[in-house]
Amino acid sequence: MEGSQPAGTPNQPVGTPTGIRNQPAGTGTEGGNGKEILRVEHLVVEYGPRRRRVHAVSDVSFLMAEGETLGLVGESGSGKSTTGRAIAHVQPPTSGHVYFDGIDLGGLSTGRLRRARTQIQMVFQDPISSLNPRRRVRDIVAEPLAIWNTGTAAQRAQRAAAMLEAVGIDPVTVGQRRPQQLSGGQCQRVSIARALMLEPRLLVCDEPVSALDVSVQAQILNLLADLKEQHGFTMLFIAHDLAVVKSISDRVAVMYLGKLCELAPADTLYDAPLHPYTAALISSVPSPDPERGPRTPLAGRTAGMAGTGPVAAALANEVPSPLHPPSGCRFRTRCAYAATLCAREEPPMRQLAPDHFVACHFPLAH
Amino acid sequence: MGESRRPLGALFWVCLAFIVLVILAAALANFLPIPSPTAQDYAAINTGPSLHHLLGTDDLGRDLLSRIIFGARVSLVIGFGSIAIGLLIGGTLGLLAGFRGGATDAVINAGSFVILAFPPLLAIVVIVAFWGRSLWKLTLIIGIAAIPQLFRVIRASTMSYANRDFITAARAMGASTRRIIVRELLPNVAPSAISFALVGVAVVIVLEGSLAFLGLSVSLPTPSWGNIIFEGASNNNLQLNPFIALWPALAMFLLLTSLNIVGDRLREHFDVREGGL
Repeated sequence: MEGSQPAGTPNQPVGTPTGIRNQPAGTGTEGGNGKEILRVEHLVVEYGPRRRRVHAVSDVSFLMAEGETLGLVGESGSGKSTTGRAIAHVQPPTSGHVYFDGIDLGGLSTGRLRRARTQIQMVFQDPISSLNPRRRVRDIVAEPLAIWNTGTAAQRAQRAAAMLEAVGIDPVTVGQRRPQQLSGGQCQRVSIARALMLEPRLLVCDEPVSALDVSVQAQILNLLADLKEQHGFTMLFIAHDLAVVKSISDRVAVMYLGKLCELAPADTLYDAPLHPYTAALISSVPSPDPERGPRTPLAGRTAGMAGTGPVAAALANEVPSPLHPPSGCRFRTRCAYAATLCAREEPPMRQLAPDHFVACHFPLAH
Repeated sequence: MGESRRPLGALFWVCLAFIVLVILAAALANFLPIPSPTAQDYAAINTGPSLHHLLGTDDLGRDLLSRIIFGARVSLVIGFGSIAIGLLIGGTLGLLAGFRGGATDAVINAGSFVILAFPPLLAIVVIVAFWGRSLWKLTLIIGIAAIPQLFRVIRASTMSYANRDFITAARAMGASTRRIIVRELLPNVAPSAISFALVGVAVVIVLEGSLAFLGLSVSLPTPSWGNIIFEGASNNNLQLNPFIALWPALAMFLLLTSLNIVGDRLREHFDVREGGL
């Protein structure tokens, strides 16, 4: 399938797992506005003892093009954070591969991995937990340079001050404070400054605004967008808030119980979701306009279906335990359209529209 | 948004001053204008406080102030020395086990249980009885007995930090395990560890007293606080001259109280209040 794609297609993601295996790095995926920077192949992350094995991420594959922002959404426990951590190799994958710039990170020695992963940096959800409570802000931001012994202490301090300024933190007054003296938004700015000190090419943002007030969320999102433009890094943006993801992402991937459900350009995904789970997620986003009610992308989709009824009801159920994920399609226990086929066979990821991938036996029609 | 640290308070400084005073007196005992702790003044036996003997003399005519100051050496060396050994070994292992987790943690933890399985006082009594009871042997044995206690406290404290995102961030930045332990974990673990260690010093000083009562502290006539109290309580001395036992007991009480207060106040002072957000 990949081979038949026109070579000029930008942001070409991975569809079927078989497609990528036959695809050497750097060929066939180089698009018009960016070459492949990250390739995730059959990523599996499990932890816990054998009998109580948590299948956090089960066979996830996708590509990221240099310079793009990929949003990764899903409910709690969908494995989106674990995916991000496995990509940065702060949590080693159980199996599968993460190729960064064509290099398999899992195959590197400890020393070379340490050096290689400086190109992938992370920003975390919890502003408090992200920063060492004992250290001063300016030392926290200078630390990445200190680790690699870059320049003199004075040069490091200078670069840290410049970076703090770039994220909107006064290096003189706030720089000498400790994290507990900062607000949540300030903490996230410091985290972002620290992450950018090593000039990473990929920034993994693990729910960076989820713990913040809505007004502060917007500031941080704008800051990330500005910094991305200046520094030109690629961004994997993990969140559970679809509105947030839509505003910042070029493409959006939806995860459910450790599996990728759907992957499409942001606008396409929101306007014409193909996976019932994506549709349910979108319909559950509260609308700021009280006259309009909740978003209803499925309203009137099929004759005889009353608005969002079945889909909205579908998400009322609990997410099944990742200890014992359902057979076949993992979403079937909550899906309004589930059939016997869904329990028997796992739906493969397939491309139904240009750049639009979905793993569903009965994708929604538009 | 100023520094939100709890002030140390006047009591802290008074207690710290007392501890420093005891340490200085013990260290400089040879240069102080006091008689030898073993010199006998036959003109003054079992006397109360006087100008000649500020705290009086014992039943052999030895100056009690001198004996207490020289006796502080033993108590302080055993107290601080053994806890320093415990802190160095137990602390390092605790940081490593708490940070690494998994197999490393399981092995070190099992080792700590092996030492903990022996009742400490009984084990020390048996070892001292067979191996001898010099100051250094006592310090080493008590130090080894203190390792698992300090290990457990520091391991638990380390574990509460090991899974925080700033540790993950440090790893993503390429920091080595050693750097993470020294630069990220140690500063967070140190305050509670030091506080616990100071209480530990107090416990060991009392333990030395217990050993003295069993005749297993440093050999006589070398004075230790435990030895002096023991002498003051034997030979009917408690009725004849209660000062012999009173002064070292008072010194021990004040030092223990000071150690506890200093430890507590330090911990409170460095406690990071994270409820602000």
